[in-house]
Amino acid sequence: MTTANQIRSFIIENFLFGDISHDLGDDVSLIDADLVDSTAILELVAYVEETYGVTVADADIVPANFDSIGRIAAFVGARIGASVAA
Amino acid sequence: MRVETFLQQSADRVPDKTALVVGATRLSYAEFDAQTTRLAAHLQRLGVKPGDRVLVFMDNAAEAALSIFAALKAGALFSPINASTKTDKLDFIIGNCRPTTILTQRKLTPVATTAIGDRIVALLVAGTPEWDLALAETTPLVPHGGIDIDLAMLIYTSGSTGRPKGVMMTHRNIDAASLSIITYLETTTDDIILSVAPLAFDYGLYQLLMAVRLGATLVLEKSFAFPAAVFETMRRERVTGFPLVPTMAAMILQMRDLATLDVPTLRYITNTAAALPVEHIKRVRDLFPNAALYSMYGLTECKRCTYLPPAQLETRAGSVGIAIPNTEAYVAADDGEPVAAGVIGELVIRGPHIMQGYWENPIATAERLRPGRNPWDKVLYTGDLFYADAEGFLFFVGRKDDIIKTRGEKVAPKEVEAVLYAMPGIAEAVVVGVPDPVLGQAVKAIVVRSNPELTEGEIIRAAAKALEDFMVPKSVEFRDALPKTDTGKVSRRLAAESLELT
Repeated sequence: MTTANQIRSFIIENFLFGDISHDLGDDVSLIDADLVDSTAILELVAYVEETYGVTVADADIVPANFDSIGRIAAFVGARIGASVAA
Repeated sequence: MRVETFLQQSADRVPDKTALVVGATRLSYAEFDAQTTRLAAHLQRLGVKPGDRVLVFMDNAAEAALSIFAALKAGALFSPINASTKTDKLDFIIGNCRPTTILTQRKLTPVATTAIGDRIVALLVAGTPEWDLALAETTPLVPHGGIDIDLAMLIYTSGSTGRPKGVMMTHRNIDAASLSIITYLETTTDDIILSVAPLAFDYGLYQLLMAVRLGATLVLEKSFAFPAAVFETMRRERVTGFPLVPTMAAMILQMRDLATLDVPTLRYITNTAAALPVEHIKRVRDLFPNAALYSMYGLTECKRCTYLPPAQLETRAGSVGIAIPNTEAYVAADDGEPVAAGVIGELVIRGPHIMQGYWENPIATAERLRPGRNPWDKVLYTGDLFYADAEGFLFFVGRKDDIIKTRGEKVAPKEVEAVLYAMPGIAEAVVVGVPDPVLGQAVKAIVVRSNPELTEGEIIRAAAKALEDFMVPKSVEFRDALPKTDTGKVSRRLAAESLELT
C-alpha cells in the first residue's frame, strides 16, 4: 500500500469510524473539510512518527506538511528519503 | 449603546486601522463599516425587519464577522451557529426562533438547505455571486429605530434537558459585559488579539465585539490544529492578547520545541470554558513569563461572572477570583440567602450583563432567573457550586447538573443519549464525562446492546452523523446492565462511579 493510502486508511478508521462516504482525495484540506479536528492532527503526527520512524518537530506540524493526505505523504517521503541518503 | 455603534464609532475614530485579519483577508475599520452597511441594506431588501432573527451559520470566516454586524445594522438580532452543527439541531433552532434569513458558507449549504426543509427562509451564501452582489448593494440602509434594550442576539446553549435554549441578550447586556471585561483586562485600541475560539461560542464572539468596541485588531483563526502555524501568525501580526481554552493549553504544553512559542509582543493570556489545572497554570506562566494570565469563569447566560487578578495566581491559583467590574457574585444556600465563607452553595450573579431569559422558554428561564433581594432585581442562578475563601475569592466545586465539559464545549448527556437511544440495536445508554488530559473531559457512552453484533465504531459513526463533533462519544463501553436508582431510573452518577472503580 502506498503511504497516501495507509494514511487514508488511518483517517477513515480512526477519525471517520469507517465511514467511506467522505471525499478523501489527496488534495482535500483536512481542516477546511472538517475531516479532522485539532486533537486529531496530534494523533496523525503520532501515527506518522510510529509508522515511518520519522521525527516530527513542532515546527513541522504546519498546514504545508499535514493539511492533506498528499502533503503528509510527501512530507513522510522526503523524511524517509533524507534519512536513507544520510 | 447599541452594538453596531461600536463599529460606527471605531470607523470614525480609526478608519484606516486594521480591524480584522482572516487568512489573506485584511479589512480596515472603514471597509468593515462600509461593507456591513451594504450587506445590512441588502438584508433589508431581502425582507429582514427590525426584531427578525438572522442565523449566522459559518466558521471563523471574515464573512461571519460581516454578517453579525450587518444583521444588527438592519435592526435584526443575530444568532451565531457553530459550523459543525448537524441538520437535526439546526432544524430545531430554525423551528424555535423562526429566522427570516440564514447567512452561511458554500460547504455548509447542504446542511442548511436540508434543515430549512419546506420552510420559507432566505439563504445567502458567502462566496457566491449573490454574496458579491449583496456587498455591492446600492439601496441605502433604512434606519431601524431600535434602541439598546432591544435584543441583539440569541446564543443557543445546551441545557441539561438536552434541547438547545436560545439565550436572549440585549445590546445593553453586551455593552455592559464588554465594558466590564475590557476594564479588567486593560485592553486598548493598540491591542492585537488572536482568537481561535469559534464566533458561535460567546468567548470567541466577544473577542470580535470587544476588538470592534476598542478599535483594536482581531486576527481570526479557524483552528488550533497547527499550533506552530498559529504562533508564527502571532509573531508576524505582533499579537498582544491570546484567549485560550484548557484544551489549547494542553496542546501547547505537549510541544517540545519551545522556540516556536516565542511571541515577544504577547501581553496577556486568558482562560475560560473550564478551569486550567493548577499545574498547567504554572507551566503556562513559565512558558510565557511576560504575559499576564487571567483565569476566568462564566456562562453564556451572563457571558462572564468572575476573573482572578493575575497578581493572585501565586497564592490562589485554584480560584476563579472575584466578580467582574460592576457586577456581584455570591454563594447562596437553597433559600437564596448568602452563605458564610467556606460553605458550599450555588453561585448567584447580579448585574447589568445577565440574560433576559431563554427564547420562548419561560419554564427554563424561571429556573435560572429568580427574584433577588430588591423588589426590582432579577438574579442569575448559575447552577454551579462554589465556595468563597475568607477574602471572598471564589472556588469552583462542581456543577449541580450533569453537563460534561469537553474541549471547552458544553455537552448535555441527555442530548447524546437521545441520539444513542434512536439507534437500532441499543437497549439502554448512559453518557458520562471521563477525565482526559487534553479534552478536560471526554464523552463516554455506556451501552446495553439489543443487537450483540453492534460495534463501537458503528455507534460512534452513527452518532457523528447526528451530533456536533465535540458531542460524539470518544469511546463506548458495553455492559449487560446499567446502574439504576431505587426508582429504577438509569443513574448517570452511579454509572460514572462504576467507571472510577475500574
